[in-house]
Amino acid sequence: MISRRDFLARSAFIGCSLAASPLATPVTFAAAAWDARLVVIILRGGMDGLDVVRPVGDPAYAALRPTLAAANLGLDLDGYFQLHPALAPLMPLWQREELGFFHAVSTPYRDKRSHFDGQDILEAGTDPRGAFARGGWLNRMLQVMPDVRADTAYAIGNNDIRVLNGDAAVANWAPDARLTLSPAALRLAELVMEDDPALHAAVAEAQMLSDSTAPGGGGGRAHQKVARFAADRLRGSARIAAFSLNGWDTHRRQDRSLPRSLQQLSETLLTLRSGVGADVWGKTAVIAMTEFGRTARENGTGGTDHGTAGLMVMAGGAVRGGQVMGRWPGLDPANLYQERDLMPTADVRAPAAWIMRGLTGLDRSTLETSVFPGLQMGSDPGLLR
Amino acid sequence: MSFDPILAEHRFGYGHSIGLRGPESLDTMLAALAGPDHAQAEYPLPPFRHIQDTFVLWRRFQRFGRANPDSKEGKSAAEKAQNIRREAREEHAQWFIRHQLRRISTRDGLRERLVAFWADHFTARGKNLLLSHANPAYVDETIRPHVAGRFADMLIACVTHPLMLHYLDQNASAGPNSRLARRNDRVRGLNENLAREVLELHTLGAGGPYTQQDVRELAELFTGLGATRDWGFKFRSAMAEPGGETVLGATYGAKPSMDHIRDVLTDLAHHPATAAHLARKICVHFVSDTPSKALVAHVTQAFLDTDGDLMACTATLLNHPDAWDTTAPNIRTPDEFVSASLRTLGIGADALEKLRLSDVRKHFFRPLRRMGQPWYAPGGPDGFDEADAAWITPQGISARMDWAMTVPSRLMQNLPDPRTFVDHALGGRVPKPVRFAAQAAENRAVAVGLILSSPAFQRR
Repeated sequence: MISRRDFLARSAFIGCSLAASPLATPVTFAAAAWDARLVVIILRGGMDGLDVVRPVGDPAYAALRPTLAAANLGLDLDGYFQLHPALAPLMPLWQREELGFFHAVSTPYRDKRSHFDGQDILEAGTDPRGAFARGGWLNRMLQVMPDVRADTAYAIGNNDIRVLNGDAAVANWAPDARLTLSPAALRLAELVMEDDPALHAAVAEAQMLSDSTAPGGGGGRAHQKVARFAADRLRGSARIAAFSLNGWDTHRRQDRSLPRSLQQLSETLLTLRSGVGADVWGKTAVIAMTEFGRTARENGTGGTDHGTAGLMVMAGGAVRGGQVMGRWPGLDPANLYQERDLMPTADVRAPAAWIMRGLTGLDRSTLETSVFPGLQMGSDPGLLR
Repeated sequence: MSFDPILAEHRFGYGHSIGLRGPESLDTMLAALAGPDHAQAEYPLPPFRHIQDTFVLWRRFQRFGRANPDSKEGKSAAEKAQNIRREAREEHAQWFIRHQLRRISTRDGLRERLVAFWADHFTARGKNLLLSHANPAYVDETIRPHVAGRFADMLIACVTHPLMLHYLDQNASAGPNSRLARRNDRVRGLNENLAREVLELHTLGAGGPYTQQDVRELAELFTGLGATRDWGFKFRSAMAEPGGETVLGATYGAKPSMDHIRDVLTDLAHHPATAAHLARKICVHFVSDTPSKALVAHVTQAFLDTDGDLMACTATLLNHPDAWDTTAPNIRTPDEFVSASLRTLGIGADALEKLRLSDVRKHFFRPLRRMGQPWYAPGGPDGFDEADAAWITPQGISARMDWAMTVPSRLMQNLPDPRTFVDHALGGRVPKPVRFAAQAAENRAVAVGLILSSPAFQRR
């Protein structure tokens, strides 16, 4: 249960004297040997990829989505796909080829269409019918990287980010978190917690993070604070950040609910971009992924129900954007998965693995066995510049 | 291992309170749960009807104000609508206080814990401004009456409540061949949301023996469940899908009716997969993230033997020695941690009832959010996490420590003497380092904060 903070607890116990303990002595952080930045955004609730990047060139599209297709006009991407208008603020990124999409991707999860199982599998990065692996895939990537420090990777927010859970050290923090204890109180806190490794480690980590991060300044809504915090860390010694955006479960009146979530995504990406600055942005890849896509047909209440294949969003100066990647399966009833959902034509883990390979130089066999056990990465789709 | 009066309150209630005797035996615990609900009687909340009335009134003023933006009457109506919203927020904060007072003052803490457990299991949230205040009323009407009753009754009460119908979009779902769909050209049809979550979360569990086809058929069977424009319950047979529907192999009646919906929910409530799913969740919640197989099997069997009599299940749990095993205790959730702190400090009605909305936000709503558990507001219908690892995070534990060191002194004129409070808060079982910290801290606020932050208090 305590895995990822184990090392902190242990280091405190080994260093029996108070002076050596991480509670009493702020640890100095150092940058990792690698320089690229990876941001993973988990879009919780099942983003409707077919409404975000609309296949208007597909002859079956309009009939499947009579209300949604007509609700608001999309922005042309490549003559075949159109972008949802709520992402209009990202068009400059698309034009600069800093924004791209991978369509018709899914995790190996099938058929039950549960958010909660779907998210668990997305973050575990495993195939439920295949090999088991502990923790989340982004943590397993850290486990095979050199020079990983306590603040190389940040899981940000007030809730658990399972994609970063695991044995490698990860900083867990929120923009508004703060631990302010006098040195004397801190020593007593360490004493009180000493027999509980999990709580002790959490406090030790909180103390280090409180000392090393400035209070989350600036206004804006929660997602903007998170993005600003992530950017702030990535501009420094952090290399990886992961957080989630909620609100994608659009069963009803999707024409009203989806734009709100897309606006958050768009503000998040733009805040990251301006926050890290041009230099770091040039080395950054952001991937936003979701547990599943939604039904090809809109439902009876102006929304869509849980489906299978969906969309991955990629952004950043390191990304070769300006294109909608992936093999398009078509929306003809015969081509739908179970006559209902967009057919998956790629495992969402494959583009994620290619991006990690490009950013860090990790070799393919490590990615296919340790990070995403059982994955076949296939041929290089050329997602990075 | 068997009944232990201190663990009884600590693990199965909101901890010890200075002015209240704890349960003497298992029998007194169970007798209290089987008896009347004193906490609700003492700190009543308005019914869901009150939310509906507020909604109707607000809408009337708001519409008039919008239609007549330039007239004096219109402006005054718009102002009244605003006031209704403001008052609703104030009221909501008062309901939070009453909710705390029930936990603080009860001698039947087990009931309050069961209410919290089932309220989370049947999470429903309002998605518009006034319905977002409806949770306390929803829980009082759907959960409280049944925590010592039948699971089937609780399931039916929750699944047919207007707040749930609204939250999981059932309200707008219509059978593709229903009378309404056939006579109305506007596209109308199914919405699977509620049907899926009933199978996956409320009854069988995600690993349960159902398929997409069962989800579809149950969604068709649920058509007709709806709410009026004032959020009263209404069964609309015009929206119901005609013809029989087959769920898990059983076929439910050809003619749209509430009876079939009650029947399918009753069958789902009694299903062996439901028994196993719920028994495990109960054991994980109350005892440990890794409950013994024997304990889970025991509670599952009690559920099956009694067709989901929750009183029998609770008694079975408490009678099993593994329920009193303390080798791998859970961490209290933030919601529980805050209530247990207030209870053990003896912060009562006089201090809490005078708090205004801004105080409740500052002392409770925001801190609970930082701890990871905003009041009655989990991210999805699966409720809050049961796993300890989800709560023991640097940011979550920081938020608890910050609260424990600052908020009690804002709620109490005089904090208790930490040297005696430490015994009291931990039922006399005080680890040496905590006793040392209690007398060595630089001031009372820090000492109290350290006692409340100690593993002995946070775990149960």
